[in-house]
Amino acid sequence: MMFEAVIGVEVHAQLRTNSKMFCGCGTTFGLSANSQTCPVCLGLPGSLPVINRTAIEMAVRAGLALNCMITANNRFARKNYFYPDLPKGYQISQYEDPICQHGWIEVAVGAVTKRVRIRRAHLEEDAGKNVHGAGTAGSRVDLNRAGTPLLEIVTEPDMSSADEVVAYLKGLRDVLMYLDVCDGNMEEGSFRCEPNLSLRPVGQREFGTKVELKNINSFKYVNDAIEYEIKRQTKVLNEGGKIYQETRLWNIDRGETAVMRSKEEAHDYRYFPDPDLVPLQLNEDWIEGFRSSLPELPAVRARRLITEYGLPEYDAGVITASKGMADYFETCLKQFNEPKTVSNWVMGELTRELNNSGTDITASPVSPERLVDLLTMVDRGVISLKVARDIFPDLYRSDKTPQQIVQEKGLTQVSDEGALEKMIDEVLSKNPTQVTQFKEGKQQVLGFLVGQVMKISGGKANPGKVNELLKKKLIV
Amino acid sequence: MSLHKLGLVELHKKFTAGEVTAIEIVRAYFLRISQVEPKVKAFVTQTKDMAYQQAEELDHKLKVWRKTHPLTGMPLAVKDNICTDSVPTTCSSRMLQHFVPPYDATVVSRLRSQEYILVGKTNLDEFAMGSSTENSAFGPSRNPWNLHCVPGGSSGGSAAAVAAEECAAALGSDTGGSIRQPAAFCGVVGVKPTYGRVSRYGLIAFASSLDQIGPITRNVPDAAFLLQAIAGHDPMDSTSVDRPVPDYLKALQKRDLKNVRIGVPVEFFAEGIDPEVERAVRAAIGELKQLGAEVKEIRLPRTDAAVAVYYVIATAEASSNLARFDGVKFGFRAKETKDLLELYMKTRQEGFGPEVKRRIMLGTYVLSAGYYDAYYGKAQAVRTLVCQDFEAAFKEVDLIVTPATPTPAFKLGEKSEDPLQMYLSDIFTISVNLAGLPAIALPCGFSKAGLPIGLQLIGRAFEEDMMLRAAHAYEQSTAWYRQRPSIR
Repeated sequence: MMFEAVIGVEVHAQLRTNSKMFCGCGTTFGLSANSQTCPVCLGLPGSLPVINRTAIEMAVRAGLALNCMITANNRFARKNYFYPDLPKGYQISQYEDPICQHGWIEVAVGAVTKRVRIRRAHLEEDAGKNVHGAGTAGSRVDLNRAGTPLLEIVTEPDMSSADEVVAYLKGLRDVLMYLDVCDGNMEEGSFRCEPNLSLRPVGQREFGTKVELKNINSFKYVNDAIEYEIKRQTKVLNEGGKIYQETRLWNIDRGETAVMRSKEEAHDYRYFPDPDLVPLQLNEDWIEGFRSSLPELPAVRARRLITEYGLPEYDAGVITASKGMADYFETCLKQFNEPKTVSNWVMGELTRELNNSGTDITASPVSPERLVDLLTMVDRGVISLKVARDIFPDLYRSDKTPQQIVQEKGLTQVSDEGALEKMIDEVLSKNPTQVTQFKEGKQQVLGFLVGQVMKISGGKANPGKVNELLKKKLIV
Repeated sequence: MSLHKLGLVELHKKFTAGEVTAIEIVRAYFLRISQVEPKVKAFVTQTKDMAYQQAEELDHKLKVWRKTHPLTGMPLAVKDNICTDSVPTTCSSRMLQHFVPPYDATVVSRLRSQEYILVGKTNLDEFAMGSSTENSAFGPSRNPWNLHCVPGGSSGGSAAAVAAEECAAALGSDTGGSIRQPAAFCGVVGVKPTYGRVSRYGLIAFASSLDQIGPITRNVPDAAFLLQAIAGHDPMDSTSVDRPVPDYLKALQKRDLKNVRIGVPVEFFAEGIDPEVERAVRAAIGELKQLGAEVKEIRLPRTDAAVAVYYVIATAEASSNLARFDGVKFGFRAKETKDLLELYMKTRQEGFGPEVKRRIMLGTYVLSAGYYDAYYGKAQAVRTLVCQDFEAAFKEVDLIVTPATPTPAFKLGEKSEDPLQMYLSDIFTISVNLAGLPAIALPCGFSKAGLPIGLQLIGRAFEEDMMLRAAHAYEQSTAWYRQRPSIR
């Protein structure tokens, strides 16, 4: 039988607030265990939560960008369960009336644009972390992460393939990073996704039994886990078997999913309104203020870069994936209107250096102005493209202007005919065989000879000029 | 006269006048404690060394710079479910027997910034669940008027300590009557402020939507004085309310009750009320009339539902509030457990007493899937009706007067085997918590057996000043408060 997959996704996006959801502790990742804690996020007896205003703002902005309705009357609820990394024995979350409802996002899968509906997005606090092993007997609990604000974003079951899910996740992540509400780091867990998936015979309306997938921390694993799960369920159904409602973990090493818990083991979370927090009312003008100040979102911006600058689709996609990069790109273009040249440099040399030093583009040591300086020198023939590439790491690591670097290294391009002719004569006298070959009509040899001149010049010779002069000499 | 005989306001006057030193106060109180505490058992922890050290420092400082706050040098006791930095805070539970908080509750830091002197932490029913202190893991406190009787609860330790003059005044907490009922049983004054008037930050929660900290004192001015120190907005407690705090002592200056309308709810004088209590309360109502109040009958028809609603909502919240006591991070942890589930189960089996377990089970049940609407949902709906009763009544009257308890203090063991009977001893106080209103309990007479009887005055939200004023006028005209137990 032919089956189609029905897939929905839950994403937990960690909001980039400086402090936690309900206390003043910091949210920096990777500090020593339990160093970012206080009575509130440790769940000490008597402590009380206070809502972080910035987290609310971020949730509202994300909701607006995802075309959601923003809930005016918010309540926080307690989700009760026992686990060592959950200090209060309950998580403060939202249950009824989440802050964002009924939105959508458009994602491109190949040539097709698809609308994925967002059912809801609600605010909650993260749990801590259980640390096992680490050279000690038993397990330890690190509560640095406990209380970090999360926005849980839940779609309708609108996707039907791994490609669509990955496209949705990338699109969502881009939006959140654009708004600067989430750093999108999947490895550190700031953007965690849990797809749920069921199969049904093609043409059937009712849904099949759904399985939830966990432990997926990269787009590749999302793709692999979904493809694996579709195959597994297809096989089970074709063999007359039954799919059980359960949560399955993606095993990276084995490349397969395995049961974590079944529905029977599911908790009764006993949600009820948190009496420690009064209902939170959002003023409509306040919400609308955020709507009018939303930045241009990545999909829209990519389209604009294509039409306005004639950028290839691929380049537009890469450049707009981060707001910082897109801003950088457009700043360069204001002073140096060669879109493709700039995009090559930004996606190539600059990105490589940024990645190597783990620097965000907004803090790039090579500012748009310095990059434009460099590109202008190439454009005017002061240095060759090769020299420009060679000195880029120096530019990145020092405060010097490109002009200074070029001067210090004596790398100014040689275009002087007298000097070039000297070099050409030298090359011609050293390579008589090639000269003869050329004269016999073997045009390709020209490239070799140009290369030889470039070599003697230490890359400084103007290749166009060399070409021109060589031809003149050989043809006469 | 011994210093321990002075109330808070009188002691404060003497102290600021330089007639006594902090060390003299501390010495007098700990002498008194050493005499009566073995009988009363009001304290879980005494902070004698700390108190002496503090007193010495204070006296030394005052020699150099004579600047005092209203509570400077005042010896106070704090209920042991209110967190005190570096001083054990046990909730009278095995679960927290060795728990030392690393922080002060907001009320405590306010007292501390006023240079109060902590004499000790007082006994309570475990996690404030009970009406007699018999649910304390460390044994019951006794009623100073009759050592065979309970002091009431859950703030029984605080009420007994005030009645036995082991401290100038004390803090209690009130979820369903836990300040007012013991105050009534011990013949002292207890105030449950409006929900949100006093910060709950650092009060170990029993039922978050009902809990409120308040003063237990020897007389109404003392209560006004101590409430002044702890009331006010706290950014650390989202449920505390940001509105100005009136001058409560100043409010007491008006001694008559002209133009004050007082309602008497007929439902509070139905069956089950002890005739001696009814007689005393009726006499008190007569006295209020004498003072110029206009007294009229009112109706609070949902009173009969209040106890049921309370035991659904309070237990639901408690079941969640007490989930953090799991043996993982602080407090008691069961030994020799083989896995996580057993660690949780044994820790909670061994750490909690029977009443706490009963309420956790009740609360878990009423919140569970399939029962939520029938119990918790319904209880919230009826709670709204209870509030509406009061709202309607307060359109006609300014204050409501009722008995504080249906009976005077009962004997130890008399009700401890019958939870329902025990629950009913809070029948007159519970609806006030459901509605979040302020109320005061104060002495209005004695039974033939010599046990105090308490009057309750209920005010409009945030009108503690009016409530205290009426209570003070009554207190001044009757002077029941001058009678003290003969314990020595």
